[in-house]
Amino acid sequence: MGEKTVSLLDKKAVDRTITRITHEILEKNKGYKDLCLIGIRTRGIYLAKRINDKIKAVEEIELPLGILDITMYRDDIFKLKLPEVKKTDIPFDLNNMTIILIDDVMHTGRTTRAAIDAIMDLGRPRKIQLAVLVDRGDRELPMHPDYAGIFYNGSPEEEVLVRLREIDGKDEVIVVRT
Amino acid sequence: MKWSRKDLLGIRELSKEEILLILDSADSFKDISRREVKKVPTLRGKTVITLFYEPSTRTRTSFEIAAKRLSADTINISASTSSHVKGETLKDTARNLESMRPDVIVIRHNMPGAPHMLSRIVDSSVINAGDGAHEHPTQALLDLFTMREKKDRIDGLNITIVGDIAHSRVARSNIFALRHFNTRITCSGPPTMIPPDMESLGVHVEYDMNRAVKDADVIMMLRIQKERGGISYIPSVKEYSTIYGLKAEHLKKAKKDVIIMHPGPMNRGVEITDEVADGPYSVILDQVENGVAVRMAILYLLTGREA
Repeated sequence: MGEKTVSLLDKKAVDRTITRITHEILEKNKGYKDLCLIGIRTRGIYLAKRINDKIKAVEEIELPLGILDITMYRDDIFKLKLPEVKKTDIPFDLNNMTIILIDDVMHTGRTTRAAIDAIMDLGRPRKIQLAVLVDRGDRELPMHPDYAGIFYNGSPEEEVLVRLREIDGKDEVIVVRT
Repeated sequence: MKWSRKDLLGIRELSKEEILLILDSADSFKDISRREVKKVPTLRGKTVITLFYEPSTRTRTSFEIAAKRLSADTINISASTSSHVKGETLKDTARNLESMRPDVIVIRHNMPGAPHMLSRIVDSSVINAGDGAHEHPTQALLDLFTMREKKDRIDGLNITIVGDIAHSRVARSNIFALRHFNTRITCSGPPTMIPPDMESLGVHVEYDMNRAVKDADVIMMLRIQKERGGISYIPSVKEYSTIYGLKAEHLKKAKKDVIIMHPGPMNRGVEITDEVADGPYSVILDQVENGVAVRMAILYLLTGREA
């Protein structure tokens, strides 16, 4: 079976894109007041940490950072291979906060729906905004990212892979055609 | 690690990987019970029936709460209020319940093997919540979860189980689970309550209570199984309590961070003194809390099993 790979972002481009998203977050929210970051497992966690590092470099402050596991809220949980449930760790009060929800790829919008439901069971934030590195389009639910690194509307046979050095050893975004 | 079992009938047939998958999943589910909104939508639309032919407060309530926190619907049936009293057989009860399309049936029965028979005649998942003196898998799993939580490990622990070992499904299931790990298990109690050939299970027997608790990391106390004739194996409850009741002085011989466990219900003043049961080393109520998390994990894995 032939497999073709196309690069969308290399190491430098990944970094520049995260930098731009960071500045957009600060610009849109007029600073960092009441902001917090929540990364969706797995790669959203590392993206959230990197955004936090960049915010620290600019504003000299670290935002509250949380980890969200959406497994228990998925709508396809019994349709796929049973996913392992992992821990959600949000060590701060998110009532009245503006949450920046962070994921690597947005596609159907179903993960975002699950994430919003999961957050609502934990408190009542003032706002939730969504930041993703890649927006694949092809939404199945009325969801839209507030911050998107790149837009790539490929074909259904294509898979967009975000690789981050923390778990994949290198930074890149590629498209794999099978 | 994937889960493919339809039923949880006993610990004996579980692999170490399956046990660890349950414990790791339970770790995530435990957080739900500590939140203000103690509910997730994971098992929405699923139905769980608890069918209890023996009395129970903890186990039945724990299963019901676990199912409800996962958004499943629960129905509780006790033998005393069911058609059992009108002479219906377990098989017929099972077939009738199956017709109402439950996803999981949790059963406790005084006959060993009753859950196994049930599992063969229904398509629903069956969970053994205690079958006679045979097995009580969810209790053993919550005990292991509690040990791991309190000690950060299971390997290397010295575990002493004291009491009516012969009639205890809790002891059996715990021994089956713990022998997957590098533990030293010691059973103690009157000789009449210790089955022969325990060594074949890799268990040490020590009739002297003081020696049995020496250097223990975990002491698990069991009650006398009066409903299984346990009382006829000892001269008197008073004598039993004098020799095998856990008292504060025993704890001095154990490791200094020993934990005291009891599956409940406790007979205070018989196998355990108030001082120990309510003391700082007791994790008896932690066991109850962890029971909900472990049962949530099991319900999740069984209903989502891979075909």
